[in-house]
Amino acid sequence: MIPANFTYHKATSLKDAISLVQSLGEEAKFMSGGHSLLPMMKLRFATPEHIIDISKIEGLSFIKEEGDLLKIGAMTTQTDMEYSDLLRSKYPIFSDAVKLTADPSVRNVGTLGGNIAHGDAANDQPALMLAMRATVVAQGPDGRRSIPIDEFFHGFYMTALEPADILVEIHIPKASGRSGGAYHKVERKVGDYATAGVAVYLELDDDGVCREIGIALTNVSAVPMRVGRAEEMLRGKKITDDLIDQVGVVASEDSEPTSDLRGSEAYKRSLVNTITKRMLNKALERARQ
Amino acid sequence: MKHEITLTINGQSVTAEVDSRLLLVHFIREQLDLTGTHIGCDTSNCGACTILLDGMSVKSCTYLAVRADGAEITTIEGIAAEGTNHPIQQGFHDQHGLHCGFCTPGMIMRSIDLLKNNPDPTEEEIRWGISGNLCRCTGYNNIVKSIQQAAQEMKKEKETTV
Repeated sequence: MIPANFTYHKATSLKDAISLVQSLGEEAKFMSGGHSLLPMMKLRFATPEHIIDISKIEGLSFIKEEGDLLKIGAMTTQTDMEYSDLLRSKYPIFSDAVKLTADPSVRNVGTLGGNIAHGDAANDQPALMLAMRATVVAQGPDGRRSIPIDEFFHGFYMTALEPADILVEIHIPKASGRSGGAYHKVERKVGDYATAGVAVYLELDDDGVCREIGIALTNVSAVPMRVGRAEEMLRGKKITDDLIDQVGVVASEDSEPTSDLRGSEAYKRSLVNTITKRMLNKALERARQ
Repeated sequence: MKHEITLTINGQSVTAEVDSRLLLVHFIREQLDLTGTHIGCDTSNCGACTILLDGMSVKSCTYLAVRADGAEITTIEGIAAEGTNHPIQQGFHDQHGLHCGFCTPGMIMRSIDLLKNNPDPTEEEIRWGISGNLCRCTGYNNIVKSIQQAAQEMKKEKETTV
């Protein structure tokens, strides 16, 4: 399969990329790893007239802690995240997710920024970003701006990014000694999108009371979703087995799955319930370590 | 629109004109005549088209040729000198790691990247490592054995050269 005709442009800097998209108009699309966009173009689901390659722009691939933040550059590949000592040791939720994202060769090319900017509720990183309360940093013609993750996903393949905006960095509150996260998705086979997935991130205080909590779901709604009602049940409380059981039920009720080839609505709701409980326990275990 | 690209493929520098939409696998097979790289599913699922791009395994059906400008590419034809076998090729030969052979070039290219990052993988790590490469004949057991043999051989080679 060969994509429809388009014209390729290589951007050498962010400034260059932004001025290119301003001159080419709305039929231009940015490509980073291209492992979501190019398959869609091959299937003719997407037919952009211009592709602006931003993968060669330097300085957008990094993983570091700075001040109170974990900062990850948008062009950081899934493989970079997989082999990052910092993420492995302090943010194992990324290791959970990356291992289940596509396959090793795709992860060599696919980027964190692309996974988020694509605006697809089937991708794994949006749920992680929601659970960890990330901030998306975008650069546009008027400079940089920060977008809270809760204002980022607008609809099916639609985000807060304007046509001339490039997602450049992700900021995540730095892990404390008493925080922990976990992610799991059920997939039919390696490389498939989630039948259902759940990301949990929590922080305890010195008495073991839940100070901060994020629970978000993959591929059981049209837009990546946070389960606010479930979070409220845990915030400020000591997390007990009983409470975890109740939260699993609420997450399942609030999810919005539809029946498709991956499973019936009822099956997906049941998965959300089970995975939510398991990930809460795993995140708690990690927070207590 | 045509773009001039220059890249290194199996150690040789190549300059060519390519269309924006030309896929890397078609460039390799049809313009360079290196047909050891196969096209299987053409949807980045099966891994038959796997090549090394700057040392990393990449599915060349899902990569634009124009983006490979300046890259160093290795295909199955370039992993060992004529008449000799790369340790992974030898592993597949000795352990019967193939039946029809269609997936084999991709399996081998993927395994090179796998063993580069993890020279001493467990069986589970091998199975995860080749999870993006599909074989419809072998049931994978002999493929895993082939890679295990290669890992042993490559470790010995490394020890003797150090």
